[in-house]
Amino acid sequence: MAEAVGLRPEAIKAVPVRHRGRWVAAIVVLAIAAYILYTIVVAIQNDRTAQGSGWATVRFYLFNGLIFRGILVTLELTVLAMAVGIVMGVILAVMRLSPNPVMSWVSWLYIWFFRGTPVLVQIFFWFNLNLVLKSIDIGIPFTPLWLHANTNTLIPPFMAALLGLGLNEAAYMAEIVRAGIISVEHGQTEAAQALGMDRGLVMRRIVLPQAMRVIIPPTGNETISMLKTTSLAFGASVTELFTRQQQIATATYDVLELLIVASIWYLVMTSILTVGQYYVERRFGRGTQRGLPPTPLQRFRRMLFTFHAPPPAPVEAPILLPSEHR
Amino acid sequence: MGATPMVKSEAVHKSFGRIEVLRGIDLEVDPKEVMCMIGPSGSGKSTFLRCINHLEKIDAGRLSVDGELVGYRQRGDKLYELGDAEVCRKRSEIGMVFQRFNLFPHMTALENVIEAPIRVKRESRTLAVERGRKLLDRVGLAEKVDAYPNQLSGGQQQRVAIARALAMQPKLMLFDEPTSALDPELVGEVLDVMRGLAEDGMTMIVVTHEMGFAREVSDSLVFMDGGVIVEAGKPRDVLANPQHERTRSFLSKVL
Repeated sequence: MAEAVGLRPEAIKAVPVRHRGRWVAAIVVLAIAAYILYTIVVAIQNDRTAQGSGWATVRFYLFNGLIFRGILVTLELTVLAMAVGIVMGVILAVMRLSPNPVMSWVSWLYIWFFRGTPVLVQIFFWFNLNLVLKSIDIGIPFTPLWLHANTNTLIPPFMAALLGLGLNEAAYMAEIVRAGIISVEHGQTEAAQALGMDRGLVMRRIVLPQAMRVIIPPTGNETISMLKTTSLAFGASVTELFTRQQQIATATYDVLELLIVASIWYLVMTSILTVGQYYVERRFGRGTQRGLPPTPLQRFRRMLFTFHAPPPAPVEAPILLPSEHR
Repeated sequence: MGATPMVKSEAVHKSFGRIEVLRGIDLEVDPKEVMCMIGPSGSGKSTFLRCINHLEKIDAGRLSVDGELVGYRQRGDKLYELGDAEVCRKRSEIGMVFQRFNLFPHMTALENVIEAPIRVKRESRTLAVERGRKLLDRVGLAEKVDAYPNQLSGGQQQRVAIARALAMQPKLMLFDEPTSALDPELVGEVLDVMRGLAEDGMTMIVVTHEMGFAREVSDSLVFMDGGVIVEAGKPRDVLANPQHERTRSFLSKVL
């Protein structure tokens, strides 16, 4: 049949199947969504506020100075709590995998406790610690080398929130980092050991950089989650975004309008983080794919040229840990 | 010979749980000697190789490299376990090449090669890069310096792995089935590099199924089965005229 090669039959042209069910379902879903949205938008529009209407109030407070200061505190809290969480998480994960049983056990206990109690409880705990503990003394036993600090000055509200959020996050990050470390093939460790690298070098130079690919996606999710969880700092009277909008709302009674203002800013911030996460993942994907997937900007440009959506970039399924609701 | 053997193994035993993998291995490898180890899988060849650079601890017997015990120090008639730093220092003098290459996927070929010289031997980056390039050139990969492992074929990856081991200027090279994970057409390029090394006088122990390589390149051949050395000698003698029934039946299947 070799002579048949090259005689390519005409490409198939057929009438495509009509997906009527799809159209009906799409219209029904859109109609329901539009109705709900419309009802709420109109209700807010009809709210008689000092600015005339609910939406005027939203616009009025969207760029309010107090709200901006709240955003700054929210960002500060997010960055610092994640920094505490990541640094302690790496330490806890390495401890958990340590051949020293005491290390492993202490780490397990930490994770068990801080993951097993609500963040809000932990924030309240640090916030109210001064009720029972007036001062904290750290030093070397049987020497005069002691530091003395008043609990109230050591743990102001911001610090209480940071401790609550950061220490809780460390427990989650520890599990994420541990999953990343054990995802690296054991042959990598052996090859590094055979070259004479010690345990620390193997971890720092060989295992952790490869574990990053598994660690980064859930860490991005954790950061986005943290940005919203900082609103619990309200419980420690930290003036972050949620507390600020609440303060204004209590004074003006424009409760829903201020919640919308806060929501808009939370959405803006999480959206920026989502884009950032994409680029960080791309950076740590080096050496795992033959070519890097195009950035959203590159894909957009290509789409403009070809006028149809390109196939989605091959996504490596990230190993996501079941992130419980907190 | 008179000189200190590079590797000396006396009655080496090793068990994993209740399974005894090595049941008394006695052998000597002289400097500049190339020894090939053959035998069915599970015979303990790879385990023995891994014992030589202390990736596995031996349970009984004595194993020494270049006149020094592996993993222990002897004072009087007592053995003291070596600390991590000592173990690492000794490993750095022994090169090892793995069946699955085990290149670091997040580093380019050159980065793979210069990593240990810079971090372990504390060589200057300039010197390490210069020597790394030379080594990659020697294994025929001068153009692939900046390629990541997954952009290389299996044969190319294994040659980078050999360059990586050589970068530490080892006094002994261990090869653990270096061509077993390769497509047949890629086996030759790796064996050529190994042949070159042997000609340059490198002391090598090669666990392999490549009988042609064993016959042409090695100075001695060891046939292992069931955790013991069944037969050892000049490769031509063992391959052409095996003395033991077990050797004969193994060779009849692989030749």
